[in-house]
Amino acid sequence: MSQFEYAPALESTAIVNIAERYNLFIDGKFVTPKSGKYFPTINPANEKVLAKVAEANSTDVDTAVQAARGAYSKVWSKMPAAERGKYLFRIARILQERAREFAVLETLDNGKPIRESRDTDIPLAAAHFFYHAGWADKLQYAGVGDQPKPYGVVGQIIPWNFPMLMLAWKVAPALATGNTVVLKPAETTSLTALLFAEVCQQAELPAGVVNIVTGAGATGADIVNHPGIDKIAFTGSTEVGKLIASSIAGTKKGATLELGGKAANIIFDDAAIDEAVEGIVNGIFFNQGHVCCAGSRLLVQENIHDEVLEKLKVRMAHIRLGNPLDKNTDIGAINSAAQLAKIKELVTAGGAEGAEQWSAPCDLPGEGFWFAPTIFTGVSQTHRIAREEIFGPVLSVLTFRTPQEAIEKANNTPYGLSAGVWSEKGSKVLWSASRLRAGVIWANTFNKFDPASPFGGYKESGWGREGGRHGLAAYLKASN
Amino acid sequence: MITDTSEGSLKAFLKTLPQVDEVGASARAAMLATRSIKTSSKAWAIDMAISMVDLTTLEGADTPGKVRAICAKAVRPDATDLSVPSVGAVCVYNDMVHIARTSLDLIGGRAIPVAAVATAFPSGRASYAVKAQDTIDAINAGAAEIDMVIDRGAFLSGRYGEVFDEIVKIKELCGDKAHLKVILETGELVTLDNVRKASYLAMLAGADFIKTSTGKVTPAATAPVVFVMLEAVRDYYSMTQTRIGVKPAGGIRNTKDAIKQLVLVNEVAGPEWLNPQLFRIGASALLNDLLLQRMKLRDGYYASPSYVTLD
Amino acid sequence: MAVTPSQRIDVLKTYKLFIGGAFPRSESGRVYSVKDSKGNHLANPSLASRKDLRDAVVAARSAFPAWSAATAYNRGQILYRMAEMLEGRSEQLVTEIIALEGVTVKSATEQVQESVDLLVWYAGWSDKIATIAGSTNPVSGPYYNFSTPEPIGVVAIFAAAKPSLLNFVGALAGVITSGNTAIIVASEKYPLPAITFSEIMATSDLPAGVVNVLTGSATELVPWAASHMDIDAIDASGLTSKQLKEAQLAGVANLKRIRVHTQSKAPERILNYMETKTVWHPIGI
Repeated sequence: MSQFEYAPALESTAIVNIAERYNLFIDGKFVTPKSGKYFPTINPANEKVLAKVAEANSTDVDTAVQAARGAYSKVWSKMPAAERGKYLFRIARILQERAREFAVLETLDNGKPIRESRDTDIPLAAAHFFYHAGWADKLQYAGVGDQPKPYGVVGQIIPWNFPMLMLAWKVAPALATGNTVVLKPAETTSLTALLFAEVCQQAELPAGVVNIVTGAGATGADIVNHPGIDKIAFTGSTEVGKLIASSIAGTKKGATLELGGKAANIIFDDAAIDEAVEGIVNGIFFNQGHVCCAGSRLLVQENIHDEVLEKLKVRMAHIRLGNPLDKNTDIGAINSAAQLAKIKELVTAGGAEGAEQWSAPCDLPGEGFWFAPTIFTGVSQTHRIAREEIFGPVLSVLTFRTPQEAIEKANNTPYGLSAGVWSEKGSKVLWSASRLRAGVIWANTFNKFDPASPFGGYKESGWGREGGRHGLAAYLKASN
Repeated sequence: MITDTSEGSLKAFLKTLPQVDEVGASARAAMLATRSIKTSSKAWAIDMAISMVDLTTLEGADTPGKVRAICAKAVRPDATDLSVPSVGAVCVYNDMVHIARTSLDLIGGRAIPVAAVATAFPSGRASYAVKAQDTIDAINAGAAEIDMVIDRGAFLSGRYGEVFDEIVKIKELCGDKAHLKVILETGELVTLDNVRKASYLAMLAGADFIKTSTGKVTPAATAPVVFVMLEAVRDYYSMTQTRIGVKPAGGIRNTKDAIKQLVLVNEVAGPEWLNPQLFRIGASALLNDLLLQRMKLRDGYYASPSYVTLD
Repeated sequence: MAVTPSQRIDVLKTYKLFIGGAFPRSESGRVYSVKDSKGNHLANPSLASRKDLRDAVVAARSAFPAWSAATAYNRGQILYRMAEMLEGRSEQLVTEIIALEGVTVKSATEQVQESVDLLVWYAGWSDKIATIAGSTNPVSGPYYNFSTPEPIGVVAIFAAAKPSLLNFVGALAGVITSGNTAIIVASEKYPLPAITFSEIMATSDLPAGVVNVLTGSATELVPWAASHMDIDAIDASGLTSKQLKEAQLAGVANLKRIRVHTQSKAPERILNYMETKTVWHPIGI
């Protein structure tokens, strides 16, 4: 009997041309940063430098905001809405045309498996532009009155976990509603945003409508604090979200914040067990667990705990960790050394607090940042690994006895972004869905996203929604 | 698992099986279909797939000549390349079993079993006496494998005991002379929940293999159906330590489809099932495509159907 | 022996807080003098302390599960009942509004009538807001996907000053019609209609704790309300811009939703205190 070892099936990188260094994209052109500084961006799967990226300082941010303001008042706000929409349609089409190039670049810069960048991130990003393009000339139906108005210049700060997809979540609704943007990608994953700048040029988007400034936290703070910014849209940690909320207190700036989560994934004993196990895996190991809505707390009914765990371990043994460019890879690289250190710290705490650790048997490559898919059993609500967002491929398993207890435990967190519930009993699913205090409930599924579906959290998971009519409305003001 | 095999006990047991969420199962099967199999793995997979083919002809127009032709193909699929393995079995109607067996024995295919479809294939709509005689005839003519159909009417009306008892009786007729493959005809069972229930019913009743389809009904061996059946044999093994084989049949026409089947086997039931004793593919046209792809891998350039035999 | 009308001494009302369905005095024992429009002493309502606020939050939080789970029809009927009760108490409120705000009888009467009508308007929204603000979303895949607004939880309201009854009623009706529970801090200068309205609420089948009314100093209560981790949102319409900024800064602790309204009659009064929940479920057999 022979083992069916899949030979490596590497996606070609010939499709992308990575420049040695990247400048800022301001007013339709790539310009050298006033700071004169560049920082390296690496491939987390092998720690090799991919390129150097400009670091925008406050002067650069100011130039970008002014460009956005000029484009807003002179061009974008005056353009007929339907024409504005056509630019978004163009962008959607170009993203579809260049999808593979974006997918490969995303995988190189982020470390996520090519299967996910190819099948999820980039197609969804294009879909977001296509969806919002059609909204541009229908804003009176967005639920913000008969004559809704854009904010003006929106400052957008996005995270490293879904770089291109988060860009689309931010830029598409902002442009559709007639705002112009200054966007800052995360410092470890700037490259697809800079490739998107090229797409804006190909689409002949008027100069200054989209400006992309690269840099780290200081650049983000410059955007948040710039008086010319009318609204902030941020996706990232609750910690930074709170800093932003403090910074804009007392100002007229609007804000949408998509922050952290510690989602419960509830498995009732009448669940479709095999699909539930699949949902657990998809819930926590999708994108290396670098997902704010990840199902990081498994709440399994005590009478099926052993069966579920046994099936879960069998399933986890089939997870393929390795080169993100391999089409058969399920789990890629952790995005950065800092994130890996954070995961390791919390995992150590989990062990120290008495939870039992089990990791899937897999060989970790020598170079790069890796973490084997891991579960902790015997976790209680008081453990740090049950309360803090790990943002890695680490699942905490807790048990419950009754539906009421499941809901209480699920809601027992300052977060409220998402939750999962698994049961084949319709009334129980709806009972649970109505009691879970979270913005997105996945019932008998997990980690599904769509441009038409509003996404966003209750409580400390943030302010506002993105996607759907609700997300669109967040970029509009009533005109009275 | 079950205390007795009464209708009530079977019903109660089948009720304990977890439901299948069709969307989730289909999504997982579709994800596994994106596995990319290259180079050495592909070469291994093609040869494995060839050795798993139940080379089939089940036509009203079958003649001794046609049957002899596929027997020749079964023994030596590629006359120009002796490193190509023989197929897993030749599958025919019961009146063709004797011809197939004799033919195989004559041309060095003694090791290749003849499988006969039986029990009033494909509909199964006949008296038990007819089904039993069908089976006995096939075995007497030299069939080493019996591909029986279940009574879908009885299953769909909830008479699980009847379905079960019939399998048990046919299994008794097979004795140690023939392996029993039980065709669920999943295209008529429609739901994945039914596929799971029928799989367990067949395994409990003594099936050596569970088989998706007759090939006469569409849809046949869809990825979600095979996926659920592979889960069933995996879970049945963990309960009983007995490995039951799986045979998808119908709709698997090219190498890509066949390799997807092997990926499903590998990642659902596990690598232990990756051999002709536990996995077969019921097909006819598939074999030529496997041969074409094998030539491409061997020669490095694309092959032409002119270079494989049509039988 | 009966006294003649001219001999009779009026029985004056003691203006107290309304917490958990009861009418306690401030635990601090403090009161403050409310003046009429001419500057004469009118009443000694309680000067609520941070502990009164804390008690009110506890009452509101414990009332939330049942109130938010009540049918929208039921909530609508209770708000309508409040309108009925207000109609019956019009005279007393007109008197209080005239005394406090120094307005004409006509103007005060109109304010009360408008407040009644506003309650009726919000009563009617209870079972329609989800229809208007919710949606089914056509996602690309075999999933049923719908979004529905849900009450956010416990809301603290700093009611705007004048017109005192209308502002008070509009703010609380918008907040509670969807299922939220509230702590409402009445206008410091014009608190009496709020307390009289509490008596209306106490007799309108409104469950205890759904609305809790504090009187006193917004300046004193803002930092405690804004930093309270069990308050989910604040209607800051009655705050000064300085107080608003203070509330926004302290509210960061649990990322409170802090809103300001300029209109009494607006669906935003309801929607700003709701969260959108989106549910996915596969469609299959």
